[in-house]
Amino acid sequence: MNSPLSPWAAKALGWFLLQFVRLLTGAQARWYGCPPLAEQRIYFANHQSHADLVMIWAALPQELRAITRPVAARDYWMKTPLRQWITTAVFNAVYVDRERKEGGDPLQPLEEALERGDSIILFPEGTRGDGDEPQAFKSGLYTLATRFPDVVLVPAWIDNIQRVMPKGEVVPVPILCSVTFGAPVRLAPDEERRAFLDRARAAVIALRDV
Amino acid sequence: MNQFLRNLTASQQVGALFITVFGLLALATVAVVLLTVHSQETQDDGTRAEQARDWRQLLGTSWFMVVIFWLAWATGEAMATLLFALIAFFALREFITLSPTRRGDHRSLVLAFFVVLPIQFLLVVTRHFDLFTVFIPVYVFLAIPVASVLGGDPQRFLERNSKLQWGIMVCVYGMSHVPALLLLQFPRFNYEGKQAFLVFFMVIVVQTCMLVQHVVTQRLKLPPSLPGISSSFNWRTWGWGVMAGSVLGVLLTFITPFKPPQALAAALIACIAGSLGHLVMKALKRDRGVTTWGHRGRSTTGANGLLDRVDALCFAAPIFFHSVRWTFGASA
Repeated sequence: MNSPLSPWAAKALGWFLLQFVRLLTGAQARWYGCPPLAEQRIYFANHQSHADLVMIWAALPQELRAITRPVAARDYWMKTPLRQWITTAVFNAVYVDRERKEGGDPLQPLEEALERGDSIILFPEGTRGDGDEPQAFKSGLYTLATRFPDVVLVPAWIDNIQRVMPKGEVVPVPILCSVTFGAPVRLAPDEERRAFLDRARAAVIALRDV
Repeated sequence: MNQFLRNLTASQQVGALFITVFGLLALATVAVVLLTVHSQETQDDGTRAEQARDWRQLLGTSWFMVVIFWLAWATGEAMATLLFALIAFFALREFITLSPTRRGDHRSLVLAFFVVLPIQFLLVVTRHFDLFTVFIPVYVFLAIPVASVLGGDPQRFLERNSKLQWGIMVCVYGMSHVPALLLLQFPRFNYEGKQAFLVFFMVIVVQTCMLVQHVVTQRLKLPPSLPGISSSFNWRTWGWGVMAGSVLGVLLTFITPFKPPQALAAALIACIAGSLGHLVMKALKRDRGVTTWGHRGRSTTGANGLLDRVDALCFAAPIFFHSVRWTFGASA
């Protein structure tokens, strides 16, 4: 991983992955509620497939891709050296533990990234959903919203990706996909945790049919 | 002039044809651009602007087609086949996107995209014409539902599988007959190296039919004959389109191995198959509630999907191919 070749290899792999995703899915971005701006943002989206991370990464324009870091589940993406290398060198991912460890704060890596000024891509369901509707959001989004009130929260709906690569399959099939970005959601001054999370989830679901 | 053209080699003749077509298209583009600028200056009402957009779209499609065919000819048979395989791939991608597949279909989809499609075009390029005509209707017809049934999901089984098979028939089987034309050989006629003319003949005739139909529809403003399916289709304008395509076919007899009545028949067959196939695809789109096969949400901007542009060809090509092959005893 620390060989002198790796930055070039990572660039080449990143380019290859981008073309591959475009070939399979079209990687279309639809900016409905906000323009693609280089401000600090937390994109939060529905989660149906491991390919979600690659999809939303590919849909962002080049300039934003460089300053936006996807959040990846440590147990899945650190499992093999190849996965780890891809998420680190190509996606510049932030790893989180999905299972809470004793005494540790699972949000700490995200906070560090936000403090450095990076934007992040978050899947607040925490795990891949199986049904049509996203599951209830976990509280991480709310916590980050209270600690970083200046970061813009952008909801996103990733469409069709579960058809490209359903759970348990290894070969992806070509189907057109799109990522729809909605109007930013703001945390109201005295909003409850659950109410905010439900409102954020509704904002994501609303993008399905625009 | 005629004598001069006859003295050129086959590839020089094809080259001259492309230069002529590119020249005509360039002239048409300049004319449309000038007209658009003019109508902007006079600040005409919205209908004029709409018409100009329609024209630009038609021109865009025509440029796209001509460039594709020029590339196909210029790069040789293998590259041409690869090019049409890519078009088939993207067209099938659009078709599948709007079909209701379920998780159990994943293996059949993998089969369709990564096994059936490459094999079909490989059969074309290796000139296995007998296998190429039956591979999808006979073998794949069984393979796809078998892959699907092994997925273990009976819900809407017939609907899912028939839609997938339809997509393969139209996008892969139909499209693969276009490069197959490049490989046809005529026993009683020295046509070697000029098969690109045959592809050109079919495409230009079908496109002219669609274009004339479109223009006449705009001019006459006749009520749609099948309002449930298309807001523009009318039998009378359709007749004009088919007639125009056929007449052009007769005029182009000199680039084909046909005699004038045969050229008329071939053009007529291609036009009817292409335009009615386009109508059939319109019905599918209506059923799905979309106006284009392209990316969702793009239809408002006027951009079209690839399948919208090539669907007439997908239906015309197999019928044209087999009519010509059987009539002339042409072989691979």
